[in-house]
Amino acid sequence: MVRHDSALDVYKQALPVILVSLVAGLFAGTLLGTDTMRDGIESVPGVLLLLPAFLATRGGVYGSLGARLSSGLHQGLIDPQFKWNDRLRNAIVASFLNGMIVSIFIAVLAWSVLLVLGRDGNLLELLIIMVIAALLSAFAMLGVLLTVIFKGYRRGLDPDNVIGPVVTTVGDVFGVAFLLIGITVAGALL
Amino acid sequence: MSAGSDVLHGEDLDDDEGDQLTEWTVGNIVSTLVPLLIALSILQMVSGTVLETFEEQLLEHPSLLILVPVMIGTAGNLGSIMCSRLSTQLHLGTLEFSPSNPNIRANVGAIMGLAATVFVLLGVASWAIGSILDGTLGLGTLLFITIVSGMLLAVWVVIVSTVAVYASYRLGYDPDDTTIPIVTNVSDITGVLILFGVVWVVL
Repeated sequence: MVRHDSALDVYKQALPVILVSLVAGLFAGTLLGTDTMRDGIESVPGVLLLLPAFLATRGGVYGSLGARLSSGLHQGLIDPQFKWNDRLRNAIVASFLNGMIVSIFIAVLAWSVLLVLGRDGNLLELLIIMVIAALLSAFAMLGVLLTVIFKGYRRGLDPDNVIGPVVTTVGDVFGVAFLLIGITVAGALL
Repeated sequence: MSAGSDVLHGEDLDDDEGDQLTEWTVGNIVSTLVPLLIALSILQMVSGTVLETFEEQLLEHPSLLILVPVMIGTAGNLGSIMCSRLSTQLHLGTLEFSPSNPNIRANVGAIMGLAATVFVLLGVASWAIGSILDGTLGLGTLLFITIVSGMLLAVWVVIVSTVAVYASYRLGYDPDDTTIPIVTNVSDITGVLILFGVVWVVL
């Protein structure tokens, strides 16, 4: 039964996913490169500092939620329908809390790094940006992830194979866009 | 963090190990993941600091800003493929950690092929989009930056993935659980370092 995939087999199977994620990454990057975003980066010290941590956190939070839900489906712990039971509710509430707690921590951390680097930073501004970006991300990611996992599973798709690319693809695009919204709202409030 | 325990107050008092895997309590999930995510965020500040240091160049050349999410995302994807393939082969008992092993060779070959394809496309795309956004970097410069840093990153990701799978296996952890978060985080940080190392040399 042991079959060795050749390099070409692996290449052919992985290329489509990698290309989709490339396009999404380019879209996220393009948002970062727009004039509005560059103005935002320039006007709020610390945005570039928290960007990698913020993007990685959403990967960690929603990647692990996805992995948990797909194991749960395989084990028969949850049904492949959006039924509001304790298990599903707990998993969702926990991932929401994880995202919010860590994002608040990132804002404080970025502010401390700015202080250490001897640069100006506004803690309240960074907090508002992170809370808004994390809240919007939570709604978007939960919506997309739950739909893809449950619909995919019902159609015979193994969620294990799609969660990774879905989380990175959707996460990068939405993450940067919501960061921009956070910057705009913080600018309007302060 | 106390918010997490409040929601489930009283429910997870007598959990044992077996229950934790199937019980899915808010308290358990939050208390396991939050410390891990916090530790990873602290590590991510390294790449953030590099980005802040290059803020002027980034704002002047939007092509470089475009590269950041794609570069680290692609490295993470390549690492994830390498890790899940190696750990599946480990579970099937067909993996042997040796450079002459046809499985390892096929994986490395595929990763290098994917990297070459993606990073050439990326060079062209970042140049095209950058030109629309008033960028001044030429196609040659950008291709040089994406190919050199991309291939260096691919070699590094292959090494990190293999070591992570091997170490995880030797330490008795299932590489399926441990290696992907490690490799995606390592590639986020080293991706930014390698990209701006090359940018610093070129520009």
